[in-house]
Amino acid sequence: MSDGKANNPLVRMVGGTIKWIEYRLPIFSFIDHAVGRGYPSPRNLSYWWNFGSLAGLALVIMIMTGIMLAMQYTPHVDYAFDSVERIMRDVNYGWLLRYLHTNGGSFFFIVVYIHVFRGLYYGSYKEPRELLWILGVALLVLMMMGAFTGYVLPWGQMSYWAATVITNLFSAIPLVGDWIVTWLWGGFAVDNPTLNRFYALHYLIPFVIVGVVLLHIWALHRFGSNNPLGIDTKGPQDTIPFHPYYTAKDAYGVGVFLLLFTAVVFFAPNLMAEPENYIPANPLVTPAHIVPEWYFLPYYAILRSVTFDIWFLSAKLIGVLLMFGSVLILFVIPWLDRSPVRSAKFRPIYKQFFWILLADCVVLGWVGANPAEPPYLYFGQAATAYYFFHFLILLPLLSFFERPRPLPSSISEPVLKGGGTPAGAAAKPMEKAR
Amino acid sequence: MKRLIISAAAAIITLHAGAAVAAEGKEISARDWSFSGVFGTFDRAALQRGFQVYREICAGCHSLRLIAFRNLADLGYGEEEIKAFAAEYTVVDGPNDEGEMFERAAIPSDRFPSPFPNDKAAAAANNGAVPPDLSLIAKARKGGPDYLHAFLIGYEEPPEGVELLEGTSYNGYFPGGQVAMPQPFFGDDVEYGDGTAATAEQLAADVSNFLMWAAEPNLEERIRMGRGVIIFLLVFTALLYAAKRKVWADLH
Repeated sequence: MSDGKANNPLVRMVGGTIKWIEYRLPIFSFIDHAVGRGYPSPRNLSYWWNFGSLAGLALVIMIMTGIMLAMQYTPHVDYAFDSVERIMRDVNYGWLLRYLHTNGGSFFFIVVYIHVFRGLYYGSYKEPRELLWILGVALLVLMMMGAFTGYVLPWGQMSYWAATVITNLFSAIPLVGDWIVTWLWGGFAVDNPTLNRFYALHYLIPFVIVGVVLLHIWALHRFGSNNPLGIDTKGPQDTIPFHPYYTAKDAYGVGVFLLLFTAVVFFAPNLMAEPENYIPANPLVTPAHIVPEWYFLPYYAILRSVTFDIWFLSAKLIGVLLMFGSVLILFVIPWLDRSPVRSAKFRPIYKQFFWILLADCVVLGWVGANPAEPPYLYFGQAATAYYFFHFLILLPLLSFFERPRPLPSSISEPVLKGGGTPAGAAAKPMEKAR
Repeated sequence: MKRLIISAAAAIITLHAGAAVAAEGKEISARDWSFSGVFGTFDRAALQRGFQVYREICAGCHSLRLIAFRNLADLGYGEEEIKAFAAEYTVVDGPNDEGEMFERAAIPSDRFPSPFPNDKAAAAANNGAVPPDLSLIAKARKGGPDYLHAFLIGYEEPPEGVELLEGTSYNGYFPGGQVAMPQPFFGDDVEYGDGTAATAEQLAADVSNFLMWAAEPNLEERIRMGRGVIIFLLVFTALLYAAKRKVWADLH
């Protein structure tokens, strides 16, 4: 601080107040260690590391628009649909709030899926970040619950039938299945009690998510971010302070995100919406094709891929178990993948299979959007089998049979030694990632 | 990175298109509507003609329950005209001080009364099929206004071997082909005040325009605000990028 500023009475007063608060509640040093100069981060994080902060932004957008929508929404089967239309037509900027909220859900999933696949590619789930990863998978599960309960609220045809189909899945559980379904519904059909409890849960879940996010960030700060090389930082030469470097980089990411997000909200707000959901719920008319939102399509394909009973297990039960298993399996990835090397950059075989897995998930999504009949059914069965093959067989085997490439000795090595290349060349890969 | 985001978006659109193709019914060609694109606006004359088509033809069977007469101001009508439109309808109000329900002429704050008192009555009068409410129809069908336009003039002789159920007509754009609604437009079904030739094509286009407005009355405001938001964000993001470059300059 220059002398001129130090003598400014206002600056002195603000500085004094900060010191006064900091002594009693060290919140400023807390922020500094969380996202400030006091948080050293690897110097080589690519733009793929922007998606964590973007997921946080999406969560904030969802909570803010959601609370304002809740002020106008009526959770009753007779009024829910019309109250949403009232928001769209008569509430000031209600259409904007609702389109931000519905598309915000989709964009939340887009950034989180990228965030998850980034973790898979760079081995971010490996020791010592297993708990960080597990908390992340828990967040994904919570998000899915939030998205599902939220989708039911407008009480359109797809809302009603999605609620019916998904809650009915629990009836596949032997012995207690029907009892559980009745308990979930709060009655003997999807009806007003179901809508009421879904609304209560939809308002609750985001705050549970906030809590788990705090744990997720806490666990992150224990060892800091993983990085594209997947090797540990070995000293100050490998790190840069989070602020201003990554605050500036994240802010730029926010700008790009908002551009894409608002482009959809303002110019194609129903791009990812199901037209059927603009028809009020009617328990007597089943839609021709019941399809979930795009972000659930891969799981839906897995659910419908099982068409045969095995021993005493019904096809429905196996489908349900596989669908839930496809998410739950993510929890144990740190123990399925035993390779000591984190980044796929140095794992030539894993790298290939990573892209095949990604393609497999896209195929599952495509199958999920189509009717459960041949040929889609066969693609769905093959893709489901491959999904589990990847995690249960391929990952453990690769840990033993793959010969990783030699790892660089440190993050800053290419910068400091350079191997005859000018220092500026080290920046190239990062710039390219843009 | 940007490329990846674009390809991710493309993947979503492809998935979406895949779902649309899976739906039954003939392929719908996209029309060039005045409201499509980033500079889209409603064509007021088309909206007014479409409203006339709704009033004189569709309203016999189809309700428009989410629209109030006051909303017609969007179509370019003045207060007196809207009052006159509303007064043509009768609504049930009450109870009055004697506890009786009574009938009165509609006022601008009323919503369009439905042609049938309930779904049962609607089904009974229409061969068992309930004519859908039209307030959101332009958003509630795959293809939106393109579908409505194609459907409304898509009536034809059933193809060889198709046996129509009693009281149904054949329309290739309707899933399954058999539709309970009879062909609505034959040409010159209404007389336009502005002298536009009332061909079946024109009627279908006008009423599709009107129904798109009914489903998305804030479309113009949304698109206008969107242009401003995008321009702001382009500048803002460019500044953020410049700031990032400057901050990182000492590292490279």
